[in-house]
Amino acid sequence: MATAKKIGVLALQGDFDAHRKRLEELGAEVVLVKKPEQLEAIDGLVIPGGESSAFLKLLGEPGLEKLKRFSHRKPTFGTCAGAILLAQEIENPTQAGLGALDIRIRRNAYGRQVDSSIRQGNFGAAPMEMVFIRAPKIERVGPEVEVLATAGSDPVAVRQGRVMAATFHPELSPDQRVHQAFLDLVEAGEREARA
Amino acid sequence: MSDSNGNSTSLRLKTGLAEMLKGGVIMDVTNAEQAEIAEKAGAVAVMALERVPAQIRAEGGVARMASPKKIREIMSAVSIPVMAKCRIGHFAEAQILQALGVDYIDESEVLTPADEAHHVDKHAFTVPFVCGARNLGEALRRIAEGAAMIRTKGEAGTGDVVHAVKHIRQIVEEMRILTVLREEELYARAKELGAPYELVKLVAKEGKLPVPNFSAGGIATPADASLVMQLGAEAVFVGSGIFMKDAVHFADPEEAGKRARAIVEAVTHYNDPKVLLEVSEHLSGAMKGLAVAALGEAEMLQTRGW
Repeated sequence: MATAKKIGVLALQGDFDAHRKRLEELGAEVVLVKKPEQLEAIDGLVIPGGESSAFLKLLGEPGLEKLKRFSHRKPTFGTCAGAILLAQEIENPTQAGLGALDIRIRRNAYGRQVDSSIRQGNFGAAPMEMVFIRAPKIERVGPEVEVLATAGSDPVAVRQGRVMAATFHPELSPDQRVHQAFLDLVEAGEREARA
Repeated sequence: MSDSNGNSTSLRLKTGLAEMLKGGVIMDVTNAEQAEIAEKAGAVAVMALERVPAQIRAEGGVARMASPKKIREIMSAVSIPVMAKCRIGHFAEAQILQALGVDYIDESEVLTPADEAHHVDKHAFTVPFVCGARNLGEALRRIAEGAAMIRTKGEAGTGDVVHAVKHIRQIVEEMRILTVLREEELYARAKELGAPYELVKLVAKEGKLPVPNFSAGGIATPADASLVMQLGAEAVFVGSGIFMKDAVHFADPEEAGKRARAIVEAVTHYNDPKVLLEVSEHLSGAMKGLAVAALGEAEMLQTRGW
């Protein structure tokens, strides 16, 4: 039997505990990452929901640089604020990011908290409940980027290589499919590395 | 009880935003400049106020909801969530705040209560509410009314952390007791707590509140923030402690920014004394403050509400 994959969850701030629970349900060994050196011991990283401006401040420039190197090398999955951090172009306002996904993303694009919603979208062809909280919107999708999920006409989950992002919060729904897809990505990366 | 068991769509969205604020610092601000300092320091949200609690305490008079103009000024200055306070029981102020589009309403004992018997029916709103509590019974009564986040009351505007500590300890201890009681004992316990049985049963099962549990009221230093986090708080509100030098004078903005930044770091690394030392080292003295032990019962804000 394969040993459990070690997945880091960036735990500077936000709903990292919801991700931890979900990943543990799926059999992963979870490390809460608060220091850059912890990145060296993990097979993949989840960047949770929270406030992206607070993440940037807590990372500082050296932390952001280390995270950038990680996300360009190893499987990384961001939800909401995490998706914002992973994007190449960030608007409303313009801010620094990891540039790991060739997308343009707009913060708080659907409005304020009173406009937050639970919607039915599609993950692949299958329906899925999606929790949007002061959600960002993916406004441009680069040619290398695959759209994994949609809500109405909006792309809401995407993948480029080993990097995944969702503008909604799969960690706040009981559905495990999105996290499983990320763990599969980590597994595929390991197989590739072994080959 | 379908609205209180954590499954309704509306409550999931309301607590969802509180989930995003966990591990963060929510800062009281009174203008756009302070809001920008807070955001730059890494605050996860700001509380838009006309006066911070220390000023309200010093100036006296009736404290009401901030003017919509003031709140709007702060909302347009930052991209993080903006909260605002309404008076206990003042559902019309809450309606105005919801129409204005604030992201969270704090039904707060810091303002002068508008109703001596009833809190706002928070189920009637789409905007989420946070409410203060001193003990588990009070927390569960607020949750029954639809609060999507609980914060300890502490004693606002004093810079004295003693009652924030007392309240978080009390809530955590009362929850721990529930987890070891026999099922038939929960009915009597619910009666003693003055809280709905269904919620008491839920806490007994989960060992925690069904909504996020934050700390507030007198937190003034990085060490204070670490203390309440280590005692079980999931995030921290800092009121007067950042932008006030004492009850009347504002702190130097640069100093306030440094203090804000240090408290943000302290909440993330609350159990790492090395980081706490590092962030505490370059701060000059905290807000002068007011010892809670010297306050008379009538001066206490925490006894407002039930």
